[in-house]
Amino acid sequence: MRGKTPSPRLRRPPAPVKRPAGAAHAPPEAPRPVQVRPVRHGDMPEVIALDATVTGLHKADYWQRIYRRYGVGGQGLRHFLVAVDGQSVVGFVIGEVRDWEFGSPPCGWVFAIDVDPRARQRGIGTAMLAAVRERFERAGVRTMRTMLARDNQLILSFFRSQGMTAGHLIPLELQIGEGAQ
Amino acid sequence: MRLQKNTLLALYAVLEFAARPGEHVPAAEVAAKHGESAHHLAKVLSELAREGIVESVRGVGGGYRFVANPRRLTLLDVIRLFENPEGETLAGGATAVDRALAQVLSEVDQTAVATFGSITIATMLGIVQRLQSPPPPRRRAGG
Repeated sequence: MRGKTPSPRLRRPPAPVKRPAGAAHAPPEAPRPVQVRPVRHGDMPEVIALDATVTGLHKADYWQRIYRRYGVGGQGLRHFLVAVDGQSVVGFVIGEVRDWEFGSPPCGWVFAIDVDPRARQRGIGTAMLAAVRERFERAGVRTMRTMLARDNQLILSFFRSQGMTAGHLIPLELQIGEGAQ
Repeated sequence: MRLQKNTLLALYAVLEFAARPGEHVPAAEVAAKHGESAHHLAKVLSELAREGIVESVRGVGGGYRFVANPRRLTLLDVIRLFENPEGETLAGGATAVDRALAQVLSEVDQTAVATFGSITIATMLGIVQRLQSPPPPRRRAGG
């Protein structure tokens, strides 16, 4: 086994409003088509703002590094895509083909996906995942993989709804440093 | 992991009703399909109705109708109405073996809970549909 795991940067959305299990919901609005395309430098302020909206953290330097690695420098095996509704960025997805980590043949890791909370329930996440999947397939990859916190139910449900299931890898971790047993 | 009979019956019923949105499905039909007594199923359905997952319509043409949001309701939501998927712990056990076993069982339970909590009724219906469909034709070598 070699290599290290890609950083799972799957966003935790704002805490959903607690609802009774069977509460009725208003039907979603008729979806408007969005365009999914590779990120451009001019998109970055909106990407950073979207990330800050969801995480509560404004990380401009971090996102510029991600842009250099996955945006301009990422053609081929690294993909940083945005969903654009008219002129506005309403989502992004980042993925990368990595090979022979954990003894695994090349696979496509999805390690960040976010949709503007105001634009959810319109199939934007589905469209972005399909776009990155298509790019992985073009690279000859036959497995798409992700990892996220087990209490991140909303995003877990999203990936499940896209047909993803538990894979054959099991993540393990150990608390280290002071205070660890 | 084994689910209790009432829980399984509730999941059968929810999936049956959710697969036929807007339709009033007679409880007897679901009971017969799964080889259970209508009386037993009625108790389960009354709990589902109390939670607003199904609603009943009496009289001719009556039955039960799914009224929850299938894209939001998860297997865990249904399971928790009938049992505690976290299971019984051995917490408070006197020995280190008790505590070690409790730790391992808790790990198993947490994974089960996360799995049930991530699968919505809509996702389950998709899985059922895929399993009912004939497998896609195999790709020809070199094709």
